[in-house]
Amino acid sequence: MKLTKYEESMIAGDFGYPRQQALQQQIEVGRFFDAADFVEISQVHLMADTESLGEAGVRYLEELAGYPRLERSVCVPTITDPRGIDLCRYRALKQNEEWALLEQRAISAFESFGILMTNTCINYQIFQAPVFGAHLAFGDTGSVIYANSVCGARSNFEGGPAALAAAFTGRAPRYGYHLGKNRRATHLFTVDYAPGDLADWGALGAVIGRRTGSYWNVPALTGITSTPTSDQLKHFGAALASYGSVPLFHIDGVTPEATDIGRVLSGGLLSLPGGRITAADIKNFYSEQGRHKGKVDVVVLAAPQLSLLEMHMIATLIRGRRVHRDTDFVIATAPEVKAGCDRMGITVALDEAGVIVLEGVCFYQMYAKETARANRWKTLVSNSAKLVNIIQGYDYVPVLATTEQCVDAAVAGKI
Amino acid sequence: MTEQTTIKGHRGIGESVTGIALVAEDNFSARYDLDRVNGVFSRPAHALFGENYVGRILVLNTAKGGVATSWMLREMKSRGMAPAALLLNISNPIMAQGAAFAGLCFMDRFDGDITSFVRTGDRVAVDPEAGRVTVMR
Repeated sequence: MKLTKYEESMIAGDFGYPRQQALQQQIEVGRFFDAADFVEISQVHLMADTESLGEAGVRYLEELAGYPRLERSVCVPTITDPRGIDLCRYRALKQNEEWALLEQRAISAFESFGILMTNTCINYQIFQAPVFGAHLAFGDTGSVIYANSVCGARSNFEGGPAALAAAFTGRAPRYGYHLGKNRRATHLFTVDYAPGDLADWGALGAVIGRRTGSYWNVPALTGITSTPTSDQLKHFGAALASYGSVPLFHIDGVTPEATDIGRVLSGGLLSLPGGRITAADIKNFYSEQGRHKGKVDVVVLAAPQLSLLEMHMIATLIRGRRVHRDTDFVIATAPEVKAGCDRMGITVALDEAGVIVLEGVCFYQMYAKETARANRWKTLVSNSAKLVNIIQGYDYVPVLATTEQCVDAAVAGKI
Repeated sequence: MTEQTTIKGHRGIGESVTGIALVAEDNFSARYDLDRVNGVFSRPAHALFGENYVGRILVLNTAKGGVATSWMLREMKSRGMAPAALLLNISNPIMAQGAAFAGLCFMDRFDGDITSFVRTGDRVAVDPEAGRVTVMR
């Protein structure tokens, strides 16, 4: 890779070990993907829950935290993805003290780097949304795909260590979605279906994600006849990234690079793989993800965290009813949204109905397997196609259902 | 007599290793697919469900899902519960970033389908610097 004089100084250790080892990692990744050089980035979103970090990851952070402030401080604004535990509610979920301690150690290290503990995967709905063309190092896949597709920004999936490296160096290897040539559509889908509920949008993302099938493929959609909301695109993108590892999509007339769909199609309209997506495809997906009928142990709305508007919707749907005594209803949102909900009376309404509101976490990132055992959870209902996908590996039997069906299941205790 | 065959791939990450292969045409995510405490594939729908991957040359099709694997590979390695190497037909950035962070032997982009070239139980030598995988059977 071609290095600037500044980068050569950094790799020589002139700016301290944290930056030196970060750039070394980035060079190794850059060479792996044939990056010609680095691109300066303006913002970092760091995925680093303690379930993923483990003791080894936290020890790595603490080692870096031992360096002088000048050497260990991040050099671009850096914010965090959800944590591994909600320090205010973990005992209620029968989660153990050891995890809380690990979490506190990680937070101390991050704060010593000057990282802002936002603890959210919906940063684009709460804090500075990326601007068109901005180069970023974003972590959570849902956050990356939204920034790339809806905002027109440029980021690869930057896993925790890579995002932290970018925070220390202020740059990322220039490959993948930093390059305009890789942002053209490789697949074209004609959507002959009108998604409504957030779960429908997730199901659509899942079906297209499976058919797109690779990080290096970009789907474009035609046939979306109404302008989606931010929450709908959030669920669509999160599922697309989850089922297909896809970091970018285009929607004809909706996303900024596809105001003219012809501009984003590689090789012409007829030559692209993809095909039609019909209501039958979505119905089949629901059937595949919803075989369980009967008692529901836990209803979860998360992945991505809920926006203020989603929180308000759930409070409205459950008003005047209570969660069934044999079922738990768990919602995860961002701390800033929770504060807004507290102020606007939404949290009180949810509390009165028996809903457990978690902040700064996301369900699958908070020791979901061990928490399931402690709470005797097996059957799980969610409106998140992403969560339904992930949680299968954690010994749950998940069911994808619409938002209204989720609330009804929580109240009835069954589906 | 042992027969050796070699396949070329893109220059990889990490040190050379030799080990016994565990192969499937399925895809891979440490978060989605593994019981990392016990070192087995835990996702019922995965082709390697129930198989122990620790110390194996793990050969799969492509990376899937989220970003957590990039932390997890180092954590798994620190407890001696990681595969010896990971070979994919095509990687996403997360696997490469995780391998670089963990110092795990990792390669992709071979001259053919790596999940067909290597069979479960084969003895395999991986040289990521040279971009070369040798199967001994």
